[in-house]
Amino acid sequence: MNAIILSAVWGIIMMFSGIVTKSKTAIRNTAIIGLALLLIGNYADMMGYHLVTMEVHKMLYFDTFGLLGNSIAFASTLLLVLLSGRDMEKVGHNLAEYFALIFFVLCGISLVTTFNSLLMLFLGIEIISIPLYILTGSDKKNLKSNEAALKYFLMGSFSTGLMLLGIAFLYGASPMGSFAVDELWTAKPQVSPLMLSGILLLLISMSFKVSAAPFHFWTPDVYDGAPTVFTSFMATIVKVSIFVGFIRLFDEGFGQGAAQWQIFVAIITAATLFIGNITAVFQQSVKRMLAYSSIAQAGFMLLGLLSLTGIAKQGIILYAAAYSLATIGIFAILLRMKDYTFEGFNGLAKRQPLLAATCTIFLLSLAGIPLTGGFFAKYYMLMSVVSTGKFMWLAIFAVLCAAVSAYYYFRVIQAMYFKDGEGGTEVEPSAGFKGLLVLLAALILVLGVFPQTLLHQLTEMIYTW
Amino acid sequence: MPINYYIFLAVTLFCIGVAGVLTRRNAIIIFMCVELMLNAVNLLLVAFSKMQFNMVGKIHPQAGIDAQIFVFFIMVVAAAEVSVGLAVIVMMYRNTHSIDVNFLNRLKH
Repeated sequence: MNAIILSAVWGIIMMFSGIVTKSKTAIRNTAIIGLALLLIGNYADMMGYHLVTMEVHKMLYFDTFGLLGNSIAFASTLLLVLLSGRDMEKVGHNLAEYFALIFFVLCGISLVTTFNSLLMLFLGIEIISIPLYILTGSDKKNLKSNEAALKYFLMGSFSTGLMLLGIAFLYGASPMGSFAVDELWTAKPQVSPLMLSGILLLLISMSFKVSAAPFHFWTPDVYDGAPTVFTSFMATIVKVSIFVGFIRLFDEGFGQGAAQWQIFVAIITAATLFIGNITAVFQQSVKRMLAYSSIAQAGFMLLGLLSLTGIAKQGIILYAAAYSLATIGIFAILLRMKDYTFEGFNGLAKRQPLLAATCTIFLLSLAGIPLTGGFFAKYYMLMSVVSTGKFMWLAIFAVLCAAVSAYYYFRVIQAMYFKDGEGGTEVEPSAGFKGLLVLLAALILVLGVFPQTLLHQLTEMIYTW
Repeated sequence: MPINYYIFLAVTLFCIGVAGVLTRRNAIIIFMCVELMLNAVNLLLVAFSKMQFNMVGKIHPQAGIDAQIFVFFIMVVAAAEVSVGLAVIVMMYRNTHSIDVNFLNRLKH
């Protein structure tokens, strides 16, 4: 509850900060203070200190899984603003409004991670989506940004329509006539066609939102067209938070009848892994490659949706952290580059050894090499699928796809270390920027060596439910 | 009246909306079709609300109210979407003097 209130209030404060002051540094610092407060408030919520105690009528349900997902989202946003806050100023004149929209997105995220009613899920998804349409199109003079915003908006509202039809069907089929997720499932062994179509429509619309194939076609265009800072925000924080909600919905709502819909999830997972990894191989621009890589990583996260075990929940939290940290780091470096193609990275190691070294750690983590957080994230996901005993073929296929993904991640490393060229940064990065990159890399290594540092709170909760 | 009629009507309206989104090329018309989809859902929710009241109203006197509240939320969200969507379309029009989505191919290369 703390997170929802604080993020909404701070969003309004950010909006007014644009009137009070014109100083960009002041506005950025206000946002950083707000994000730190959010993080503290959310941690206090986990410890049992609430700002207000409110009767939510089973609309929201605060458990460690959702709150830990929140914490990861807030911490990642804080790091993103610290690293790339200055690049947000270059997008346009309305810095305060961009931050306000980011806070509203965070409000939506904290609804999506802790919903217990389909109404709250719908509201959360919309509170995330509508500010994102604006952020995508925030580079108003740039045609690519316009186009991305229009495409994202049309696709997003279309998938919202599908989601609403699914919710209406589920409501019609629910035995108690309620939107509460835990009361949706009927005790009857045979699922009614109305309910099954509702589940499938929700599956499709959530797949749209997390860009799982075959509903991913908007992703590369939107991620490519949006200003790079906001691409970084969308591809990491928003995506993993919606995944937390996705897993929550299918676990608590339809977990008992998993056998009925698991095959559809398996098909979507296989398609996402295949299309994401194969298409990423052929990209020339690193930004577009990262967009396809985000589709491929979504495929791995979908494995958690397939198994829905305690390990899967731990895995998704670990995956959220490892993937967000690594991708934010790469995008922060990409923002400083003159050229977004692979050639732009040629010979970076000679000119900026520190940037090249940290970038290598981020890429290794995304590829899932041991000693990085990405390895354990992938390991947990695969273990959860193997432990259910079904879908062994999918686990093997996922490993093969991870091997393919190493190719396009290593292409960047190869360009940085083994090729000569004029690639480099526009300006010399500041010491603070370099320090933060080292911090990010260190966090990824800590997650890779001691994943339990993040997970021990969650493990305690999952097994005492 | 049986609930089936309402379901058929709502699903038909919804399918008209989906067909419009998939076939039309004018951004405003696509947008109107999305609104048609949302309103089909509104209709369905109200019908289901009455159905649920008849079915479980004796046990829960409050049954069916949730869906009607949901309809109001859908209307509010649709209004918010309209304001953002039209702004995006106007921004597009200022730069390209067209709202034809066939022009949306600059990013494909």
